[in-house]
Amino acid sequence: MKKFIYIIPLSLLGLIVSLPSCSPNESKNAQKESTKTISADTVVAELSSPPFVPKAVGNRGPQRLKVDIEIIEKEGQMSEGVSYVYWTFGGTVPGSFIRARVGDELVVTLKNHPDNKLPHNIDLHAVTGPGGGAASSFVAPGHQITFSFEALNPGLYVYHCATAPVGMHIANGMYGLILIEPEGGLEPVDKEYYIMQGDFYTKGATGETGLQPFDMGKALAENADYVVFNGKVGALTGDNAITAEVGETVRLYVGNGGPNLVSSFHVIGEIFDKVYVEGGDLINENIQTTLVPAGGAAIVEFKVDVPGELILVDHSIFRAFNKGALGMLNVEGPENKKIYSGTTQEGIYLPEGGTVQTLPEEEKAPARDLTLAERIEEGGQLYAKSCFACHQGNGQGIPNAFPPLAQSDYLNADVDRAIRTILYGLTGEITVNGEVYNSAMPAQGLSDDQVASVLSYVYNNWGNSKAEVTPEMVAKVRAKK
Amino acid sequence: MILNQNLFFAILICISAQLRAQEDMQKIEAGTYLPLYGVTKERVEVEAFYMDTYPVTNAEYVAFVKKYPKWNRSNITRLFANKSYLADWKNDTTLNANANPRAAVTSVSWYAASEYCKCQGKRLPTLDEWEYAAMASETSRNAQQDSAFNKKIIGSYETPNTNVRAVGTGFKNYWGLYDMHGLVWEWTSDFNSVLISGESRKDGSTDRKLFCAAGSVGASDLMDYAAFMRYAFRGSINANYCIKTLGFRCAKNAD
Repeated sequence: MKKFIYIIPLSLLGLIVSLPSCSPNESKNAQKESTKTISADTVVAELSSPPFVPKAVGNRGPQRLKVDIEIIEKEGQMSEGVSYVYWTFGGTVPGSFIRARVGDELVVTLKNHPDNKLPHNIDLHAVTGPGGGAASSFVAPGHQITFSFEALNPGLYVYHCATAPVGMHIANGMYGLILIEPEGGLEPVDKEYYIMQGDFYTKGATGETGLQPFDMGKALAENADYVVFNGKVGALTGDNAITAEVGETVRLYVGNGGPNLVSSFHVIGEIFDKVYVEGGDLINENIQTTLVPAGGAAIVEFKVDVPGELILVDHSIFRAFNKGALGMLNVEGPENKKIYSGTTQEGIYLPEGGTVQTLPEEEKAPARDLTLAERIEEGGQLYAKSCFACHQGNGQGIPNAFPPLAQSDYLNADVDRAIRTILYGLTGEITVNGEVYNSAMPAQGLSDDQVASVLSYVYNNWGNSKAEVTPEMVAKVRAKK
Repeated sequence: MILNQNLFFAILICISAQLRAQEDMQKIEAGTYLPLYGVTKERVEVEAFYMDTYPVTNAEYVAFVKKYPKWNRSNITRLFANKSYLADWKNDTTLNANANPRAAVTSVSWYAASEYCKCQGKRLPTLDEWEYAAMASETSRNAQQDSAFNKKIIGSYETPNTNVRAVGTGFKNYWGLYDMHGLVWEWTSDFNSVLISGESRKDGSTDRKLFCAAGSVGASDLMDYAAFMRYAFRGSINANYCIKTLGFRCAKNAD
């Protein structure tokens, strides 16, 4: 059968109802035409949920792409025991990933589910036109609306809802990414993923359980309770971690929905070989941390050379360890000791002239005779200083990263082991309440007295065994080493 | 002929209904309020009026369409209501089995709501009347500056499926009105008199002299996010729309 290509002014496209089908693989001549060469058929765009992306455009010619997005307001999990009413493009936060190429005509239909309470719209930063489409896509619940635009500029763009109050619609999760590939497509890589950061503001403090409503006051103050990748704590850790094989090149499409915070995107244990700065044409090389503005994006690429767990963070680091901005990329394959040896030698370091080998406080602070209540009180303060950052305010830990201390079988099974863990740290795989953790806790450098207090606090809270730990017990464990 | 007869009966019934008009209404005293949007930042005067204590319920609306079959689902003129009109009902005169007769009726168009009120000898409240009455908390006739009150309203706008709750389950405000916030959005007679385009961030600069939205210099109170949500909602609808979360109540002049 003969293949057709239609060269027509864009303005006439709307008049064409149906024409014979065109193969997506046109002749080279056709591709050299300007972006006005559009295959006459409308193709339904493949959309994907995070962390996945639709297939690359490759070297296909421009098309008319039908993009249908359903807006759904629904309750979802923000963190362990914490739920939140998200407003979503396509049922996920971030919304469905849209992938097109320069010259494509995108026919966008926004469907506002009848159960929704609010009107919404969409502003795609890839649109050239008033409001990025927002002015043409304002739609009431139970209705749908269609508009179209031509993708003029290549790049990775954010889209979001722009209905008043705009900040609130974004804060509730209404954002996503649209990739406009250049003619001929981006260079193929082995793995591609979709990651988008967002900050959330809840009535309760970080970790407070139950359904948490949006807090406008905190949002105005830009005081986020959660800063997360892909809409919730743990969306990219444990079983949800993204994966790659040694030797593969990984490309991450990284967006930041905001509404407020700018991301210092970093992958612990990798250097970005390439960064498409701000998602545009400029390529920077050998980058440790790249800034992703709110309402902006970046494409990062790196080849993974050694196996292990790479940690994705917002390097504004308290967000990572305390508010959820943590993800994992598991790399499997053979070790390469030349690139990364692992620990090769361990020893004692004595600086020249250094004679002090014990901490002075330890000598000056003999064990005091405190009641259990006093110990617990003092332990609470120590906990806030030394333990809170990882094990969290209510001992709930962070799923897949830091084990819980609340109702912890591992903790309650062995007091001496708990003492040892604080004195000397603990590295390697352990199982706590049925979940496997494989991370490292450093030695805490606390006195016997302090260890006794903090452990008494932990054991007498959060449904633990109520064991009392005394300085003598700590001293005994210390003596055994 | 039949049409004329119907009209005749309709008028008769309307008149008899008027006698019951002030039952279950509350008097709202005259006053002024500062609208969220306006040509100027002047306070708007609202004359005294009566307003229904509760939103119109499913049961009341069933009675209405039984009395006025031309407003039932099969007979309604398409111009007056789109296909979502009473879409969840079992048939023309029966609610869905799991619908609560005491819940506010929703999925009714502006035309239908206006007609309902007319047949009770009432009318839809104006946007100014509605906003004026709705700024009252339990204890104050103007709680616009009360941040706890505003938070409560925003919270209810975010809560899904509140439209299935029975009327009267929300709070009773200063005027004795129930459920002004918390259950459903409500039609007003001039719901789209404040034009809101879909582009919520630039309306302040248009030539319409009517302003809207978060980034706008035209809004009188940038902190009143609950009001922004209401105005945005109103801006997104047309008079023939029938929406699951949109009901109404009626009003009446005081004299």
